[in-house]
Amino acid sequence: MLRFLASRILTMILTALCLTFIVFFLTNLSPNLEKVAKSELGARITDAEVESWLGRNGYLEPTLIRYGEWLGVVPGFTHTAADGRVTGRCIDPDMGPDDAPKFCGIIQGDWGFSTVFRRDVSEIVARGLGLTGKLMFWVMLVMVPGALIIGVLAGMREGSRTDRTLSTLSIVTTATPEYVSGVVFITVFASSAVGLKWLNGSATSAMDDITIANFTLPVLTIALYGMGYIARMTRASMTEVMTAQYIRTARLKGVSFRNIVLKHALRNALIAPFTVIMLQFPWLLNGVVIVETLFNYKGFGWTLVEAAGNNDIELLLGVSVVSVLVVLITQLISDIGYVYLNPRIRIS
Amino acid sequence: MDPLSWTGAVGAILNPALLVVSGLFIVAIILMIVLSFFAPPVTLQSNADGTVMAQGGIFGLVETAVRGLLFALLAVIVAYIVSGIVLPYGDAGIIGAVNKQFTPVWISLVGTFVVSIIYKRKLGIYGKLFDNIIGMVGFGLVMFWVFTAIYAGVFDMIATHDPLSQVSGLKNKVPGVPVPGADVMAPGSHYLLGGDNLARDVFSRMIHGSWIVVQIAPLATVFAFMVGITLGLPAGYFGGKFDTGLSFLANLVLAFPVILLFYLLVTPEMVETGIPSYMAAVLFIFPLIFALVLLNSRYHTQPALRTIILAIVLGVLGVLYLSLVNQDGTVLHFLPDWLDLFDVPGGILVVFVSVVFVNSPTIYRIVRGLAMDIKTRDYVAAAQTRGEGPWYIMLWEILPNARGPLIVDFCLRIGYATILLGTLGFFGLGLPPESPDWGSTINAGRGLLSIYPHPALVPAIALLSMVLGLNLLADGLREESLKD
Repeated sequence: MLRFLASRILTMILTALCLTFIVFFLTNLSPNLEKVAKSELGARITDAEVESWLGRNGYLEPTLIRYGEWLGVVPGFTHTAADGRVTGRCIDPDMGPDDAPKFCGIIQGDWGFSTVFRRDVSEIVARGLGLTGKLMFWVMLVMVPGALIIGVLAGMREGSRTDRTLSTLSIVTTATPEYVSGVVFITVFASSAVGLKWLNGSATSAMDDITIANFTLPVLTIALYGMGYIARMTRASMTEVMTAQYIRTARLKGVSFRNIVLKHALRNALIAPFTVIMLQFPWLLNGVVIVETLFNYKGFGWTLVEAAGNNDIELLLGVSVVSVLVVLITQLISDIGYVYLNPRIRIS
Repeated sequence: MDPLSWTGAVGAILNPALLVVSGLFIVAIILMIVLSFFAPPVTLQSNADGTVMAQGGIFGLVETAVRGLLFALLAVIVAYIVSGIVLPYGDAGIIGAVNKQFTPVWISLVGTFVVSIIYKRKLGIYGKLFDNIIGMVGFGLVMFWVFTAIYAGVFDMIATHDPLSQVSGLKNKVPGVPVPGADVMAPGSHYLLGGDNLARDVFSRMIHGSWIVVQIAPLATVFAFMVGITLGLPAGYFGGKFDTGLSFLANLVLAFPVILLFYLLVTPEMVETGIPSYMAAVLFIFPLIFALVLLNSRYHTQPALRTIILAIVLGVLGVLYLSLVNQDGTVLHFLPDWLDLFDVPGGILVVFVSVVFVNSPTIYRIVRGLAMDIKTRDYVAAAQTRGEGPWYIMLWEILPNARGPLIVDFCLRIGYATILLGTLGFFGLGLPPESPDWGSTINAGRGLLSIYPHPALVPAIALLSMVLGLNLLADGLREESLKD
C-alpha cells in the first residue's frame, strides 16, 4: 500500500510539473509578453522599447529558467540599471535589493500580482475558491444523492419500465450542456418577459447572501449535467452486482427484495460510482466556469475567464496551478479510495 | 401585415388536444413509475388451450394507457406538422410556417425511414436500429439536423433570410414579427422566430448554424479516432515502454481542464505564434499513416499491387493533407498556390485542432483497453501462429473485432464534440462573432437573456436536440449490438 501510494504521488508531482510548465510556456509566448509591455507602457511604443522593457523585467531569459524562477527553485531575476539601481523579480519597490529574498516563487507563497485587479494573485484566487466552494458544496449536496438514488432505482431491476424511464432521463441530462440548461432555466424560471418569474437569473447577490431565489438555478444547472453520468455509472454497477452469485444465494435463502438491495447489493454497488464522482471534478470545473459566467457569480471560474480574457499572466498561472492541482488530487483520492473500498484489492 | 400567432387557425383545435394528451401522458408515466414499486409485475400465463395471456392487473392497464397516450401525442404532433405543410403560409401560425420551411427535410426523413424499415433485415447493425424505439428516435433527431444542414448549406433552402443581413426595426422583436415592407403572405415576410440584438433573423441563423456544426463535429471526431486508433492499437498490443510513455502523455492531456486548454490554445496570439498550425500538421498526419499501414499490412505479400495502391493513396491523401496544413499567412506556407486545393480559415482550423486534441486521449485509452483485451483471444493466437505481422493482426484482426464499442463511442463522441464546439462559441473563442453557429449565437443572446430569451433559446434547443439524438442513437446501437 505504501509503495503504491509513493508511486502515485511521484507520478502526480511529475504530472503537475509538466502541466504547469506547459501552461507557463503557453502564457509566456512572445505575442502575450508584447501585449503586456504595451498595456504597461501604452500602445504606441516602438518595437525597440518593447524589447528593452522586456529585457529590464527579465522576460527575455530562457523559458526554463523563468519557469524555475516562477516556481521558486532558481534565484529571482535582477537587473542593474545604468544608474546603479537594482530592480528584480523578488524586490518590492519599497525594499532595498539587499533585504529582498533570493527566491520568490509559488513554493515560497509568492504568487505574483494581478495586472487586472491590482491585487495579489493569492488573495484573488483564495476569494474565488471560497465562493466556488460554496457553490460546489450545494452542487454535491444535490447531485450525489440524486444520482445515486436514480442509479440504484434503475439498476435494481434491469430492463423494467422504471429502468427504461430513468435511463432515458439520465441520457437527456447528459445531453444537456450547462450553457443550454442554464439558458432554458433562466427563460422558464427567471425571465421577466415570459415564464414563471419565480427565481433570479443572476447569482451576483448570492456572493454575500445565499437564498433559494438566487442560488437554485446555478446549482441545478451544474448538478444536472453531472447527475445523468453518475446515475448511469451507478446503474451499470448496480445491475452487475444484482447478477452476482451471492445475491442469488440471498434470494434463494428467502431474503426480501428490499433487504437484498439495501443490505447486500448497495454497498458493493457504490464502489464504482465513488471513483466516477471523484473523476467528475475536472468536468465540474468546466461547468463552474460556464455557470459562473452565465450567472455572473464572481468565483474561481469567473476569475479564470477574466484572467484569460485580459491577458493577466500571473493570475492565469495561479488559477491554472490551482485547477491542475484540484484535478490531480481528486484523481489520487479516487485511486486510493478505490483500493481502500474494495476489499479484494485492499487485502491482497 | 399582421404578426403571426404561434399556431394560427389550427391552434383552436390542436392546442387543447395537445394540452389534454400531454397532461394525461405525464400523469400516466408518473403513475407507472410509482406503481412499479408496489404493483405486481406483468407476467405471462399459459392457458390450457395453448394460448398465452398477459396477466397485467393495474400495472398492465397503466402500461397500455401510456402506450396509447404516446401514440395520441405523436398523432397530435404529426397533425401540427402536416397542417403546417398543407395549409397556405400563415394559416397555421409560426409553427405551421416553420414546418413549411422544413418540408424537404420532413420528406427526406420519411423517405429514409420507410426505405430503412422495409429493408432492415438486409442492413446489418444499421437495420437492427429500427427494432429499437430509443434508437429510432435518436436516429430521427440526428438525421433531421443532417438533412437541415445539407439543404441549408449546400442548396440554400429552408432559411427565410440571410443569416447576416439586418433589417432595421426588428431588433429583439418577438417571434412572428412581420418584416417591414413585405406585403404578400409568403416565406420571408416574417421573422418566424423573432430578431436578435442586431436585428437578424433568429430562425435563419439557427438553420445556417447547423451546417457549421454538422461539418466540424463529425470530421473532428473522425480525426480524433484516427489519432486514437493509430496510437492506441500498438500501445495495447505491444505494451512496454511505448505504452507507458504514451499513457503518461494521454493522462497529461486528460488532467488538463478543458476550458483552460481552450483559453490557452484558441486565442489570436496563439494563432500568431503558429502553434495550432504545427499541432494541425502533427494531428492530421495520422489518417495518412493509418491508411498506409492498413493497406501495406494487407497487401505486402503482393508487392506489385501494393506499390500501385500505396502510390495512389499516398498521392490523394498527401495532397489533401498538404492543402489542409498549408495556409496563407501562417508559419506553414510552402506549397505553390496551384497545389493548395482549399484553405480553412484560421479561426476554424484552431477550433478543429483543439477539439481533436481534447478528444484523442480518451479514444486512445478506449482503443488501448480493447486491444489489451482482444489480444488474448484465440484468433489472435491463430494469426500469430500463421506468421502474420503485428500490424496485420492489429488492423485486420483486433480492430474489426473492436468495432462495436467503437461505433457506439463514435456517436457519443460526436455529441461531445458538438458540446465542446458550443462551449468554444459560448466563450467567444475561435469562430468569428458574427458566425451563426449555435454556441456563438447563445453567447450573443445571453446578455439580454432575462428580457429577450428567444435569440439564445432557439439555438440552445437546437443544440440540445442534436446532442440528445446522438446520445439516444448511441444507446440504441449499444443495446442492439449487445443482443448479438
